[in-house]
Amino acid sequence: MTITEDRPDTAAPDAEIGKARRRKEDQRLITGRTRWTDNLTVPGMLHLAMVRSPFAHANITSINTDEAKAASGVIDVITGEDIKDVQGVNANAWPITTDQVTPTHLPVAVSRVACAGEIVAVVVARTPAEARDAAELVDVDYEELPAVLDLKEAAADTVIAHPDLGTNKCAFWKLDSAEQGSGGDVEAAIAKARTDGIVIEREYRQQRLIPAFMEPRSVLVDPTGEQMIVWSSTQVPHILRFLIAATMGIPESKIRVIAPDVGGGFGGKLQTTPEEFATIAISRRLGKPCKYTETRSESLLSGHHGRDQWQKLTLSAEKDGTVTGLKVDLLADMGAYVAIVGGGVPVLGAWMFNSIYKFPAYQFNCQTVLTNKTWVDAYRGAGRPEATFAIERIMDELAAELGRDPIEVREQNWITHEEFPFTTVAGMTYDSGNYEAATAKAKELFGYDELRAEQQQRRDSHDPVQLGIGVSTFTEMCGLAPSRILGQLNYGAGGWEHASIRMLATGKVEVLTGSSAHGQGHETAWSQIVADRLGVAFEDVEVLHGDTQIAHRGMDTYGSRSLVVGGEAVVRAADKVIAKAKVFAAHLLEASEDDLEFKAGRFEVKGTDKGLAIGEVALAAFAGHNLPDGAEPSIDADATYDPVNFSFPHGTHLCAMEVDTETGATTMRKYVCVDDIGTIINPLIVEGQIHGGLVQGIAQALWEGAEYDENGTLVTGSFVDYTLPTAADTINYVSDHTVSPSTTNTLGTKGVGEAGTIASTPAVVNAIVDAIRSFGVNDVLMPCTPERVWKAILTGSAKPAEGEREAAPHFDDGAPNQDNPDTSASTQGGAQ
Amino acid sequence: MIPATFDYLAPTSVADAIAALEEHGDEAKVLAGGQSLLPILRMRLNAPGVVIDLGKISELQGVTEDGDDLVIGAMTTYFDVLASDAVSTHAALLNKAIATVADPQIRHRGTIGGALVHADPAGDVGAPALALGASFVIAGPGGATRTVAADDFFEDLFQTAVGEGELLTQIRVPKHTGWGAHYEKFVRVSHQWSIVGIAATVRSEGGAIAEARVGLTNMGSTPLRAKAVEEALVGQPATDEAVRAAVAQVADGTNPPSDLNGDSDYRKHLATVLTRRAVLAAAGA
Repeated sequence: MTITEDRPDTAAPDAEIGKARRRKEDQRLITGRTRWTDNLTVPGMLHLAMVRSPFAHANITSINTDEAKAASGVIDVITGEDIKDVQGVNANAWPITTDQVTPTHLPVAVSRVACAGEIVAVVVARTPAEARDAAELVDVDYEELPAVLDLKEAAADTVIAHPDLGTNKCAFWKLDSAEQGSGGDVEAAIAKARTDGIVIEREYRQQRLIPAFMEPRSVLVDPTGEQMIVWSSTQVPHILRFLIAATMGIPESKIRVIAPDVGGGFGGKLQTTPEEFATIAISRRLGKPCKYTETRSESLLSGHHGRDQWQKLTLSAEKDGTVTGLKVDLLADMGAYVAIVGGGVPVLGAWMFNSIYKFPAYQFNCQTVLTNKTWVDAYRGAGRPEATFAIERIMDELAAELGRDPIEVREQNWITHEEFPFTTVAGMTYDSGNYEAATAKAKELFGYDELRAEQQQRRDSHDPVQLGIGVSTFTEMCGLAPSRILGQLNYGAGGWEHASIRMLATGKVEVLTGSSAHGQGHETAWSQIVADRLGVAFEDVEVLHGDTQIAHRGMDTYGSRSLVVGGEAVVRAADKVIAKAKVFAAHLLEASEDDLEFKAGRFEVKGTDKGLAIGEVALAAFAGHNLPDGAEPSIDADATYDPVNFSFPHGTHLCAMEVDTETGATTMRKYVCVDDIGTIINPLIVEGQIHGGLVQGIAQALWEGAEYDENGTLVTGSFVDYTLPTAADTINYVSDHTVSPSTTNTLGTKGVGEAGTIASTPAVVNAIVDAIRSFGVNDVLMPCTPERVWKAILTGSAKPAEGEREAAPHFDDGAPNQDNPDTSASTQGGAQ
Repeated sequence: MIPATFDYLAPTSVADAIAALEEHGDEAKVLAGGQSLLPILRMRLNAPGVVIDLGKISELQGVTEDGDDLVIGAMTTYFDVLASDAVSTHAALLNKAIATVADPQIRHRGTIGGALVHADPAGDVGAPALALGASFVIAGPGGATRTVAADDFFEDLFQTAVGEGELLTQIRVPKHTGWGAHYEKFVRVSHQWSIVGIAATVRSEGGAIAEARVGLTNMGSTPLRAKAVEEALVGQPATDEAVRAAVAQVADGTNPPSDLNGDSDYRKHLATVLTRRAVLAAAGA
């Protein structure tokens, strides 16, 4: 069964949609012979180097810049004090509660630093090397302050990350199904299960991750024209423009932001950064173009991090395995500052912990917390991987408790395909899906029964290499987002997207999109959509993006929104072009509009051989010689689309891991995923997104983790210690699809950019735990290093030992860690 | 990632290089393949005034045979050592270990001598060099040369017998023709430094181990040789049971580091398991 056959709407054999086209942008992106920000040079451009705090928390007592100012090539050395009135502020655009405690985040610190890596001074020099040399000569005196680094200790408020705020507790956000009328009372469900059912209680750790995009961030500011131009390696040129205007007092109309080719982001570039604001302030102060490009070390230290949560789950079920309630208590580390959507990321989990299961009662509590570490914000999946991990881990635990197959227990509890659209206990309406079909296909591709048999055989023979099978049946909400819902959540902007189509006189088509690509392949996919819709050649479509002067309206790229929201805007703009062109065509063909039929790029008079190609209509509009009376000579069109709902991709991921019980080493044996992402525009791009997503999710399970020492120094500050995988560490993944077209957009598409990351982490950890459960293990902390796996085998979960290195213990009714997180004084775990 | 300013010298003979070292003393750093030094300079962890690049000294490159020894020039790249039939034939252990170093790009740049003198205990060439009983030819001022035995070469963390004003010029490896070899490297991701590595080479005779050499990577501040284990292996059949017993004490007396990849005790445990595996693989079992 091929994907093309599954698609109901595009039966034409030469349709672009569904074609596995190679990406038209790849040659320039892969060779690097393109316009990365750091490749750009503006006449008279100066270079910046940042002086950063080595301390996690300190008062700045003095800064001596004399020696640096006297160094070769140095133009100026600027401190926070110098630009305190003009540097703007790094804003939090999503205060999750009205009483959120939000520390002011100045781009260049003035009197106090709250995490290592904060900028305290900026050197401006003629060359990058001179700037870097002089940065070493800036003499900063610090008075060290106590730093709070451990998330649970921070929640106890003994040491305060920002003493003036008096608390580390940033905001508390709650969703209760009984209170909002979308379900029952979770406490009652749990109480009942304690008497006659099953209660599973687990605490999971989402370690801190670093987005580690390939292109380090870079910003170039030219203040010399009427409009200041800001080139930045960003995912969010439109949001950046707005926030520059809003916080620096520069009229929005005087700002042009350009995101040239951007080399990856994974959420890590949806921030508006201190480096951007400092560069703008300094270039304006000097009246000269300035460029700053971070080093890899600076990138790992100062770009925002992701994840970092403690997750407590209480799941109640009947004795037959039917789930009756789920209660979630999160502690989420914001780091030193609340980033642009930092508080909102864990809150996105509110609608995702219940996942694909029919929990009758549900409660989600999220306490966000400030610490003296690098700020935390969206990283591929943003809130949904965290939620999916916890629910998929605990569903395996339920199956283990019942002694049943984990897929069978899931099936007993999931939404069946006849039940869509389905309104969940969290209050979301899932558009479409077929969990049965995806799971059946995945099991078949995986050879599930055979691997289960081999697992049993290895267990029986006490093979030193044990086999485990991990299941992850996930869904996610993507296509951020209906503006109305964002408004209810106190988010600072809407969730619409904009597109324009320009019909050029030569028959070429320019598509302007507000969703700014940074490696996703928008240029190819959008071309395919427009080629089909307008009946023009794929090669004749040019997609323009990432420049506020060209694509002036947009909400940018994150949250798997580009295709489902931005793509829909493109479709609507194309339909408007056709509608405009039809009037012209009728006039030119001397026919009634009703007699015209638009097919394969031509307006044809029904029943005749008379017709005009849309390119011919575009030329006629350009010439303007013969148009209907009163018509404007243009068939260009714009559309702004605000989604009515999210879309909900889903899938079944199955992972087989071998665990060497002598060393704790883990080896992936097989990975199968069957994703349902609705209609597929380009299977090759989808495959790439899934593979990349899988590797990032698997990396969270096995390899990656940002670790700080007791002084608040990031010890995984280079790729020697922050162990990113390479192709050599991966296997060939088997990926396939089922297709349940989304009902919330014309194309029937759902997002795919984050699916692999969201689904794969629990599949891997479930497989590892499954392999060694017979040793009494029911959890291994991530990343599941060989040492942790081996020690888990050695001790078993019945003998929990100290710290995060060990399996998380059960927690009992009435134990302190059952309380609201903000009263928990537990110091278990902590910085490793 | 821009190093501090330094002067760059590229002598074309060992004598000129030694003279440059004499002239610049503490100010100078020697650049071999640069795979450790350049990151250190770029991250500004060190800022030498002068960098002396040995890359243009052809007499330091290549593998030759000299009677019972292989002679490997200090500036021979990993890649060239791997490509050498003489090394594969007569020092298979070195070939196996070097094949695991980092990635192909690094193996084309990095040199065997640079790695040995850098003496990172997690590097993969020290343990096989020790196990094979290599000796190290060191040139000094005034054309002086001296030869240091393997056991005396590694002194401490990042410290070898190569003194100030001296250069390692050759590694002489006694031929171990016909010996089976295996390097068991334990890492979490493929391009990582060894968490623990075990270099084992074995001469078998009539189904039993006649001689064995075992070197340990990252089990202390220098590469280590497990002589007690080597002795315990002599005469043992290459069976799981016999080798397991013979290597059981391999971690005794070692003092491996504790870090994010594992604590000291875990490394000791790993060494025990990996030595058994390395010896069995080297013995072809």
